[in-house]
Amino acid sequence: MTLTRWSRPGTAYWNPFRQLNSLREEIDRLFESPLTDLSYNTQPLLSGWSPAVDVQEDADHYYVHAEIPGMNKNEIEISLHNGALTISGERKEFKRQEKAEVCRSERFLGKFQRTFTLPVPVQGDKVKANYADGILTVTLPKAEEAKPKHIQVNVS
Amino acid sequence: MKTNLLEKTPTHSGEMNVRSFITPEVNIYENKDGYVLEAEMPGVTKSSLELTLEGDTLTLVGRRHDRPVRGTSLQNETRVADFRRVFELDPAIDVSRINARVEQGLLVVELPKAEAVKPRKVQID
Repeated sequence: MTLTRWSRPGTAYWNPFRQLNSLREEIDRLFESPLTDLSYNTQPLLSGWSPAVDVQEDADHYYVHAEIPGMNKNEIEISLHNGALTISGERKEFKRQEKAEVCRSERFLGKFQRTFTLPVPVQGDKVKANYADGILTVTLPKAEEAKPKHIQVNVS
Repeated sequence: MKTNLLEKTPTHSGEMNVRSFITPEVNIYENKDGYVLEAEMPGVTKSSLELTLEGDTLTLVGRRHDRPVRGTSLQNETRVADFRRVFELDPAIDVSRINARVEQGLLVVELPKAEAVKPRKVQID
């Protein structure tokens, strides 16, 4: 029996509407029609492997959590450019494979990349990233002028 | 794609408490000394891991803790569900020497094979 690796279209669980949505967004971009504010996520179509990512925001920060177990922190690259956060890296050939026969291979190998356009500007020099238990957490503080402000109303 | 494994456990009131698990992806390697199993379980720590050996069946369960959501969620692709996978072991494995460790959400289980029983000559009277 031969083992063939199959590529999964993208994410950890399958929501048909989300895949149709992202397809629609890709086609919109192709025809350069105006996008809604909700399209802050771009990902390469039919990439071999794409880690699952959660994005949260509160008044002061964005929090991006990516599930990439079993990596070294120097195999992961995080970059911020023009308000877009890119998490990328490469899973190299597994070292245990040397001198061993592979009975089952389900884990994904190779390069991955996820890019997120953040709706609000962030302070690039204060971004922090933490990798623990296979989850990469990137904390991005919003730029001061972008935070919601309370404006006092004066009645004279 | 991760598939779901449904495990039903009856509660005291007799209602069925349906619990769903995610099947983690695994790699299995074999060499002359034994097997190595790698299972991807992001978010699982050493303390939330349960490895059970029953006869020749090895059950791996990794519990994940709900991460508190800060603010509003803009995108949610991960599922906070526990991981579970069951394996039938090769009888050549020496179960007393199985060891496991967790490295960055990756469970690595080493299953050494028992020392081979050498063939013996049978004397004929």
